[in-house]
Amino acid sequence: MLSQLSPGKARRSASSQLSPGRARRSAAHVTRLTAGRLAVALAVLLVVAVGSVLLGATDLGWQRVLAEVAAQLTGGTSPLSEREAAILWELRVPRVLLGGLVGAALAASGAAFQGVFRNPLADPYLLGAAAGAGMAATLVVALVPSAQDWVVGPLPLAAFAGALSGVALTWLLGRSAGRGTATLLLAGVAVAAFLTAIQTFVQQLHADTLRQVYTWMLGGLSTTGWQEVWLVLPYLALASVVLCGCARLLDVLALGDAEAVSVGVRPARVRLAVLAAASLATAAAVSVSGLIGFVGIVVPHLVRLLAGASYRVVLPLSLIGGAAFLIAADVLARTAFAPAELPIGVVTAFAGAPFFVLVLRTSRRGPE
Amino acid sequence: MTSIELRGVSAGYRDRWVVDQVSVAVPPGSWLAVIGPNGAGKSTLLKAVAGLARHTGEVLLDGRRADQLGVRERARLIGYAPQVPELPDGLTVTDYVLLGRTPHLGPLARESAADLDVVADVLARLDLSALAGRPLRTLSGGERQRAVLARVLAQQAGLLLLDEPTTGLDIGHAQALLELIDTLRLADGTTVVSTLHDLTLAGQYADQLVLVDAGRVVASGPPAQVLTADLVGRHYAAQVTVLSAPDGSPAVTPVRAARPAQQPRT
Repeated sequence: MLSQLSPGKARRSASSQLSPGRARRSAAHVTRLTAGRLAVALAVLLVVAVGSVLLGATDLGWQRVLAEVAAQLTGGTSPLSEREAAILWELRVPRVLLGGLVGAALAASGAAFQGVFRNPLADPYLLGAAAGAGMAATLVVALVPSAQDWVVGPLPLAAFAGALSGVALTWLLGRSAGRGTATLLLAGVAVAAFLTAIQTFVQQLHADTLRQVYTWMLGGLSTTGWQEVWLVLPYLALASVVLCGCARLLDVLALGDAEAVSVGVRPARVRLAVLAAASLATAAAVSVSGLIGFVGIVVPHLVRLLAGASYRVVLPLSLIGGAAFLIAADVLARTAFAPAELPIGVVTAFAGAPFFVLVLRTSRRGPE
Repeated sequence: MTSIELRGVSAGYRDRWVVDQVSVAVPPGSWLAVIGPNGAGKSTLLKAVAGLARHTGEVLLDGRRADQLGVRERARLIGYAPQVPELPDGLTVTDYVLLGRTPHLGPLARESAADLDVVADVLARLDLSALAGRPLRTLSGGERQRAVLARVLAQQAGLLLLDEPTTGLDIGHAQALLELIDTLRLADGTTVVSTLHDLTLAGQYADQLVLVDAGRVVASGPPAQVLTADLVGRHYAAQVTVLSAPDGSPAVTPVRAARPAQQPRT
């Protein structure tokens, strides 16, 4: 095609004038978060969330739940017993919200990590967040005998601090060795190995804590009401604003550092802002839900396959998709073997992996 | 339209200096081709001008010292295409070319209709409009090179630094791409500094050549002055002869001293 481009033709088009229709035509090919896409994503999230509130070991009945919600709004009388109302408002609703927040945090952080490291396999735990949280949680379980009288349990606080410390340690270590992302990844490997070694050592000394630590690490959304929701919300809100604000810059980072600089972007600054925000969200999620795997990888990839690779759609849709994904996984975890509960990390991998393969196959089958 | 002048520029990386005391002036709107054997420091010289490699000496853009410009300001003056550009495969051609508007946007701003106009215009000029919505991974080699050029042109910089823009292209595609660059240069008055492997093409498109060997400028001037059998033979360690193409430009042709006598097959 190029060889047919005669100098005369090139010269004519080179001097062509701008026309008002141009912008509209090229806007059609820009990957953007359109109102339609946003509406579809939010509709999916709403359906999943409402379904999750209605489903559970106790069947509340959707008409009665609807009547209860109406009663709450209008001040009328509720058809639910006091116990049923408590199940709805103190267990189900906060749990669904927490699942949404944690899922959103993990998926968006995963997308952000993949953008920073330009690696599709990057996940939010890559820089020592998981190992830091795991070590801190183990220390608390083993060394803080009883914490009944704490306002906020020591486990979430320790996990939060541990996750952030792990990432900070990785960052400092990586920076001292060089500026590239490869050094940062290697530093993450070193820090994770070191912290996991401490964790294993403490577990050996306190074998009685093994079960509790592992239960925590497998992840779960067993809540004690609304407290966890309020714990996670501010961090996720802050991280969402920063990450979505940096979405375009993450697209620029995909050009590689040299080309990013050549279009006027300082890659190191973008990386620092994005990793800090994503790590904050990850730490908040880990602190209330343990280590839930797979969400941070599978959801951003599903979004890429369905909506395009620009971070301007990947980040916001990962927030919404991650929320829907984890809420759905939690329904399975709660109901598959009710009244027993599966660890949610098991569900995300068990249900998520085949689903992911299915989407991968169908989307790649079409003409390239 | 941007003029560029290098005064005693040495450049390199953390552990080694590759370019040694290069001084050259490029008038606005002209094309300078940097030629030289592999490892001579051509790419490093371009990187130094783009602010991507450590360097000493002065790089002057329209008489202003480049190292005193901020990253974004520099990006509005200089468009740079590396030898092996990284193309984010999943992005569409339009998304990719739109990234070239980055130096004209605030850090968190989104593109205006004017930015989209620039992109649409660049795509039309490079005959890429039909591919505007295609993911980069579906493009052929020649289309990819044009997409990279489009991304750089969307920066609307007065100076283009093109590191081996014809890498991987066959002679027809290489010719068409260089023709396109020259057309755009003449239409916009853009200054072009490129490295080129093909000496004959370099002589046909550039106004001025700089021959670099081991980091130093060993010859510079109009193509006929630099592309001599003696200079090319010496610095490339090559056997060449220089013919005169029908348009009068020098055509560098390899010469094989003698073909070994063929042994009759038994």
